[in-house]
Amino acid sequence: MNNERSSTHPTWQGWLRPDGRKGIRNLVLVIYTVECARFVAHAIGQGEEDVHVIGFPGCYDNAYAIRLMLALARHPNVGAVLSVGLGCEYTQPGRIAEVVRASGRPAESFFIQEAGGTSSSIAKGKELVAALRGKIRADAVLVPMSLADLTIGCECGGSDGTSGLAGNPVVGRLFDRLVDAGGTAIFEEIVEMIGLKPLLLERAASVESRSALASAYDKAEAYCHAVRQFSASPGNFAGGLTTIEEKSMGAFCKSGSQPIQGVIKVAQQPPHSGLWLMDSVPDAHFMQFGYTNPNDSEGIMDLISGGAQIVLFVTGRGSVIGSPVAPLIKITGNAQTYQRMSEDMDFDASPVLTDGESLDYAADRLLDLIRSVASGQASKPEALGHREYFLMYKHQDTPGLMEGCRA
Amino acid sequence: MNPRAFQIHSSDSVAVLLDDAQPGPVSLLGSPVASLLSINQAIRLGHKMAVRPHAVGEAVIKYGVRIGHATEPIAVGDWIHLHNCASDLDERSNTLEVTTGAPTDTIYE
Repeated sequence: MNNERSSTHPTWQGWLRPDGRKGIRNLVLVIYTVECARFVAHAIGQGEEDVHVIGFPGCYDNAYAIRLMLALARHPNVGAVLSVGLGCEYTQPGRIAEVVRASGRPAESFFIQEAGGTSSSIAKGKELVAALRGKIRADAVLVPMSLADLTIGCECGGSDGTSGLAGNPVVGRLFDRLVDAGGTAIFEEIVEMIGLKPLLLERAASVESRSALASAYDKAEAYCHAVRQFSASPGNFAGGLTTIEEKSMGAFCKSGSQPIQGVIKVAQQPPHSGLWLMDSVPDAHFMQFGYTNPNDSEGIMDLISGGAQIVLFVTGRGSVIGSPVAPLIKITGNAQTYQRMSEDMDFDASPVLTDGESLDYAADRLLDLIRSVASGQASKPEALGHREYFLMYKHQDTPGLMEGCRA
Repeated sequence: MNPRAFQIHSSDSVAVLLDDAQPGPVSLLGSPVASLLSINQAIRLGHKMAVRPHAVGEAVIKYGVRIGHATEPIAVGDWIHLHNCASDLDERSNTLEVTTGAPTDTIYE
């Protein structure tokens, strides 16, 4: 029988990385260091199933964006890196490759201006990718993995009235299970906890965590007032959400009920297992806050930078994005959305609302799907070839004004 | 079968529609104030109906917490949304178009 529950097979094979973390994919990541190199980088990855592409569009460098790219380059699902620049920009592909090699992974880099142009750079890139792939396949160290080895992120986007009733509560129950099994869960979108400060602080695992949560919350509320924009979109309102407080309660459900160990920033790895809040809101800066989470792909890349091997995306209204580096699993609690967009949706949480399914049973179904994807089954966005990403200028941990816009 | 709505918490003043519904009876699931209530206008899936009356300024409660306040008197069975309910924090959302949520304050020219 093929249909026995995968929970009877609690472990699967993954790739051991030099830092001890384990990946569920063995990818070659192509990174471009300015918009001018984007076309070539994507052409290098074209038609190569295990090659994913990310990059940063700016010519002026930015400390936040470099930390983010380096975290993705050393992600457990990534085995090797090719970094491609045009040749004029501040961000240096050679420095990226150096850091990746220091992590024990093979890495290459080149400038398009030195390689000779579009076609010759694409040909050179494809050769380098083939060599990197050969090396990481030959040197692969396969090890058993279980839930304790997983870091899972959760984002919600295109939320509607069902997201807080079904999609997010099911993820919350799944996060409770993951943490009980020794794994790590990361949620973010603190701008969608606005109005809920007392509830957030009640969940702190320690005095330090409580203080970090309070600081992160206060910054997020100051940010929303300063930019006169709260984190709710026209689609949220069309879907029945009326206020940011209402959306916040729905979004907060995805954190489950475990104590929050603390706050990490973008590109930081959780110091130990358990439930963590990622703060992706910009710090106040002389260039003002800038934007936080301008779209779903930006937030998803933040979660992956924290080491998430899988990201759960709860979308009541439906969405057709995916992500490079870590598979995205799309969940909806809206039965109409699931039927209309079943080619893109991985998981229907609506039976919790309409068929009396328990949250525990739904979390079990989701856990089965997560184990399958961790074992190598492509999630729907992954199979469709969706690899959207969005890396932007942002200022976090700004050391001082003298560092200017690069900080 | 009647269209359905879900009341999350027994102290809530609203329930969320699980089906698109026309004016008339709606079955309430979850922790409802009553098993059957009548709605006064069409309400779409994901949107909220009032399960208690609200005076102007009175808290609107969902998940057992305050999610905003009434800006108009609201009767049991009314659709609750941007036209009669406002955030305590966010000033922009009540300028959005009530059905589509599209912004009305952005200049395109």
